Amino acid sequence: MSYFFQIVVSGIVVGSIYALAALGLVLVYKSSRVANFAHGQIIAAGAFITFFLTVNVGVPILFSFLASMIITFFLAMSVERIFLRRLIGEPIISVIMVTIGLASIIDGLIFITPFGTENFSFPHFLPQTPLSLGGVSISWTQLVGVIITFILIGAFSWFFKKSTIGISMRAVSDDQFGAMSVGISVPRVFGLAWATAGLSAAAAGCIIGNITGLNFETLQAFGIIVFPVVILGGLDSILGAVVAGIIMGLIQQFASGYLDGNFGLNGTGDVMPYIILLIILLFKPHGLFGVHEIERV
Amino acid sequence: MEKNLLEVNNIEVVYNDIIQVLRGVSLNVPKGSIVSLLGTNGAGKTTTLRAISGLLKPENGAIKEGYIKFDGRDTTHLTGTDIVKLGAVMVPEGRRVFKHLTVNENIIVGSITRKDGSAKIREDNELMYKHFPRLSKVTNRMAGYSSGGEQQMIAIARALMASPEMLMLDEPSLGLAPLLVKEIFDNIQTINRELETTILVVEQNAKVALAVSDYAYIMESGKIVLEGPSKDLQNNPDVKEFYMGITKGGRRKSFKDVKSYKRRKRWM
Repeated sequence: MSYFFQIVVSGIVVGSIYALAALGLVLVYKSSRVANFAHGQIIAAGAFITFFLTVNVGVPILFSFLASMIITFFLAMSVERIFLRRLIGEPIISVIMVTIGLASIIDGLIFITPFGTENFSFPHFLPQTPLSLGGVSISWTQLVGVIITFILIGAFSWFFKKSTIGISMRAVSDDQFGAMSVGISVPRVFGLAWATAGLSAAAAGCIIGNITGLNFETLQAFGIIVFPVVILGGLDSILGAVVAGIIMGLIQQFASGYLDGNFGLNGTGDVMPYIILLIILLFKPHGLFGVHEIERV
Repeated sequence: MEKNLLEVNNIEVVYNDIIQVLRGVSLNVPKGSIVSLLGTNGAGKTTTLRAISGLLKPENGAIKEGYIKFDGRDTTHLTGTDIVKLGAVMVPEGRRVFKHLTVNENIIVGSITRKDGSAKIREDNELMYKHFPRLSKVTNRMAGYSSGGEQQMIAIARALMASPEMLMLDEPSLGLAPLLVKEIFDNIQTINRELETTILVVEQNAKVALAVSDYAYIMESGKIVLEGPSKDLQNNPDVKEFYMGITKGGRRKSFKDVKSYKRRKRWM
């Protein structure tokens, strides 16, 4: 039984990070209908900036964590301002191609630094003995990571639910002309969506980096795994991203915990999300919480 | 009614650099008044409103000639956001409420351009429910599920949350039952009287618009063809015949005589 709970715990740990990583993708999609294929690169960049500040500059980790969130906030905002702003009104496929190009450019930039090829791990700043509760163990890094993730998700949800700027961002995704008529600046909302996406991506990258170590490919892969997550949750739902992230984490952990090694199967955890992706697209293309057009008759 | 709050002088609007929609439209809106802009489909009423509110760009339109002055400032080439900040807000045609936001979120988001503090905004938020008591029962419902009349009220309340000097309404009667039209226009009059908001209303329903407005303009194919105090226009035989369906004898026109509409009168 404790094996079962162990899997539940690690599923929630992984899943909450998926949720945080997926949040940024949802934000950008929700406001501007753009699927950002450079999201994984932003996640990785956030993690590397934190590491660089902590290890090479010597800033305490908590501050470098915050600093990297702020830096990626402005970085993502300028990416929107420089590359994507002039594409407003262009066909969506061109915009998506630009994000793919952007991914390659960031890849290239990261490969100039040692981070592209070598593995690093964050210095330990939490107790090394895992916490054990009734046979279920969780490391301090994981626990703190999950707590920070939930705090951030809570803060983002509050921001979009309650603050006027958050509401205006949802308003833009609902009806752009209506939004303009009340004086909402649509380009600024797009910029802000990218910026908050950058910020959440950096936070996710940093937490992943602390748990699994810094490896460019692993971090980058999060940019891909978030696609099945957001499609399960419904591309434009923040709540959907959170719920689907955790569901996906659990599915993955259960698959690798119970299927691997049995029936001659292996690596099911990696494949499962994409099987779910296909099933969702076939039977429930709006996802769990995706917006259905309200049509009054 | 001494000073003109809005002054539109001889503007020409061209879409896609080629389609001329407005051919020299001029109109004035005196402070504190209700002015209506009437005309049939495609006359250019909506384009005029969009030009005033700086919202031509999304439709690829531009003001090529003339100028627009609001509150003494040239606003011809300002963005929509800046014009809202200056105090002119438009309620777009077809309401354009945010369907997936709750009624209250719709109303709150109207205050996005304001800088005068959350206490004042909250006060105005309460005030909206006094003006539109119907909405106070559905504050947490998704706006998309509201009726047409409620959506119109939401859109008006949302625009009022910017605490505008001037409110522009684009066909508020569109698709509403006669009783609701009356309710909406009653609301518009109350807003004009109590909040002292200047109002410019675009309508196809000439009868109801002339009844509430002080002054009116009639547009046809991109030009103002007739203007005057609403009282005078109400008694103008041509207006009566073309926009209110009343014959020279003063009786209501029956459907049998409808074909006489084909005999289009030239205004100029």
